[in-house]
Amino acid sequence: MNAINKLGLKQRYALLTNGLDWEPSYQPKSAIFPYAEFEGIKIRDWSKWEDPFRLTMDSYWKYQAEKERKLYAVLDSFAQNNGQTGLSNARYVNAAKLFLTGITPAEYQAHRGFAHVGRHIPGVGPRIAAQMQSLDELRHAQTQIHTLSHYNRFFDGFHEFSHMHDRVWYLSVPKSFFDDARTAGPFEYFIAIGFAFEYVLTNLLFVPFMSGAAYNGDLATVTFGFSAQSDESRHMTLGIEVIKFLLEQHPDNLPIVQKWVDKWFWRGHRVLGLVAMMMDYMLPKKIMSWREAWDIYFTQAGGALFADLARYGLRPPKYADVATAEAEHLSHQNWSVFYQYTQAAAFHTWLPTPGEMDWLSEKYPNSFDQHYRPRFEMWAEMERDGKRFYNNALPQLCTVCQIPMAYTEPGDPTTICFRHSEHKGDRYHFCSDGCKDIFDGEPEKYSQSWLPVHQIFQGNCGGASMEEVLAWYRLNPGADNMDQAGSPDQAMWDQWMRMRDRVAG
Amino acid sequence: MTIEIKTLKVEPRRQTFGHVARRLGADKPASRYDEATMDVQATANFHYKPLWDAEFWHYDERRTAIRMRDWYALRDPRQFYYASYNIARAAQHQGTERNFDFVEKRGLLALLDPAWRETVEGYLLPLRHMEWGANMNCANMCDRGYGTAVTAPAMFAAGDHLGMAQIVGRIGLALDGNSGASLDAAKQRWMEAPDWQELRRLTEDSLVIGDWFEQFVAQHLAIDGMLYPLVYGRFDAAGQALGGTAVSMLTGFMTEWHAEHGRWVDAVVKTAAAESAENRALLGGWLGAWSRRAAAAFAPLAAAVLGPEAGADAIAETAAAIRARAVRLGLDPLAA
Repeated sequence: MNAINKLGLKQRYALLTNGLDWEPSYQPKSAIFPYAEFEGIKIRDWSKWEDPFRLTMDSYWKYQAEKERKLYAVLDSFAQNNGQTGLSNARYVNAAKLFLTGITPAEYQAHRGFAHVGRHIPGVGPRIAAQMQSLDELRHAQTQIHTLSHYNRFFDGFHEFSHMHDRVWYLSVPKSFFDDARTAGPFEYFIAIGFAFEYVLTNLLFVPFMSGAAYNGDLATVTFGFSAQSDESRHMTLGIEVIKFLLEQHPDNLPIVQKWVDKWFWRGHRVLGLVAMMMDYMLPKKIMSWREAWDIYFTQAGGALFADLARYGLRPPKYADVATAEAEHLSHQNWSVFYQYTQAAAFHTWLPTPGEMDWLSEKYPNSFDQHYRPRFEMWAEMERDGKRFYNNALPQLCTVCQIPMAYTEPGDPTTICFRHSEHKGDRYHFCSDGCKDIFDGEPEKYSQSWLPVHQIFQGNCGGASMEEVLAWYRLNPGADNMDQAGSPDQAMWDQWMRMRDRVAG
Repeated sequence: MTIEIKTLKVEPRRQTFGHVARRLGADKPASRYDEATMDVQATANFHYKPLWDAEFWHYDERRTAIRMRDWYALRDPRQFYYASYNIARAAQHQGTERNFDFVEKRGLLALLDPAWRETVEGYLLPLRHMEWGANMNCANMCDRGYGTAVTAPAMFAAGDHLGMAQIVGRIGLALDGNSGASLDAAKQRWMEAPDWQELRRLTEDSLVIGDWFEQFVAQHLAIDGMLYPLVYGRFDAAGQALGGTAVSMLTGFMTEWHAEHGRWVDAVVKTAAAESAENRALLGGWLGAWSRRAAAAFAPLAAAVLGPEAGADAIAETAAAIRARAVRLGLDPLAA
């Protein structure tokens, strides 16, 4: 027996991991890693990858099992005690519906995407990290389903989340985002999800939903959030390591990576519009405004990040200034869209109360009173007169982000922004310069988009009437859709509150 | 005497999600496995063809020649979802950890007969590379497979193979006093030693199998079906008289894992075979071809470890076990 050296964590991890790969000789390397080169990324030396976690598989099992035991204990307790009756208000549940139908399937896509990258990136370190992230993303999808399963037992809008994700018009926004990443090459996927999404934008997605849960008495979801927090930190670290590694490996990588950062920033910004309206309009107890969140998490934190990355020649994403200016308008315009199309949404809508409008005036002194308050006050008046406004025309969608074309021109909030491009004799429409640039960069890809409105018109969505399309969505009219007031959700909630008052009285 | 805590009585409006209820045939309480697994993967209305393989959608049933009316028929009898998987593996590895402690504290590896110790280094340590190949194959099955029922356990298996590669690595470090020299030597064997070349060829060839279900059969039934019984069964048994008990303790995870993992593999193959004669023919053809290759590839190593006669006997016995398993799974009898 040799004398035993004490091993540090780093050294031990390196010994157990680094040498696992080998130079194949019975199959060409290009057959084993067929997607490593087509994107043009050049890697001189994979051994320069410094693994940021040094997590062996046994430690992974151990840490994750501990977290799962604690999380499921809380979920069981929440269900046993009917924790949903402790929510701030029944309206809150609609944020959770948006999460399960829009975000959970995206977590699942991330799981499969990281399995792809975890097989195909030719370097042991990043491959293991990607595989662990693939497992983590599966965890998030499955634990979210388990967390919200209890809500599904009581509230509408959750029951067909998977079916709806493949069909419902606004869910094609997150779905097309992830389909886009999944169909990109492995390095682009890594930058799109690992860097742009997880690193730059996670604080604007994950944090608002989880903080919203905390502020509104949703103990189950916030416990999931705390439990996933250490996974998310790992994912953020991986995202930043990957971008630095690519930029350090070869100067030719810079323009490619820059193009991806520009594209995925804008794609991500568009998806986050759903979060913006959730924060400003859907949470009964609000955390902060979208504008404030954008200032803290993008302008300040993102600014510091891109200042740090400037040494590699990387500049902040194109149109970041446009996105910052849009923060004044985004949530109001999105909520207006959903209010008008409440008949086709799988969650409930409402108009902001006078108190909420005052909050919005305070948070948006430059835009709310001038442009949005009058609209909401008019709609409130129409409701009082029994003429609640529904938009029964199908909206034109942006070919890239797939959001109805309701956004306004930069610097002119009274004019809708339209852009278009020609490709092979067809005209494609966009909501912004950011989306038009993305299309023009890869017209072959985006001309394939499955646009929900086009599909309805082409007869691919169950029929020509609203009833037929909703049936095809498996959306229960009168229960899943329409306003919160008068919904079965609200009626049940009111009954619970009366029961509670009687018990307390 | 019973006590009753007063709570607010609230009645649920439904028991589970619509897609789960349709599978259960009624709206009734569903298991966590069902809710976490059934119909979770997207199936329709994809937006773009992959830049890396424009022939298919990123989730596409046609990536394999196997046809299933319902891919969620391929249920995992262990009912693993993320939490139950990690909790099971953490508990299992706790046993391995205790064994490492026990073996290291008592210096049990020093009791290995010197010649057998060399044999163990020769047959065991290069397997970390084969485990790594298996890891890549399992990640690929998750990447290209169809339906969460089969792809989620594939990713769990990828984690398992990485874990086992690292257990083998730790045994190397325990043998070489943490210098890593034994792992370097093992890699050299893997790359150059004649006994290992057909195994490396087998592994590299398995990495480029285009049909993920064929890869499933090649890896889980043919390669694993040969490797685990041979190495952790026959080789291990041969070492018992030569002080090899410590090695058995440190590799107990693999034996236990292979038995449990086999329950999943069997359920998947059996269900797919029962679906149609075409599936049965494909599965049988793949298993026949890959298991013959695996037997031939392991033969030199078995001869080196057990001697020519016992080696050939062990290969024949393991190959016969695979043929018997094929019959149990409803496949046509494989040629010997």
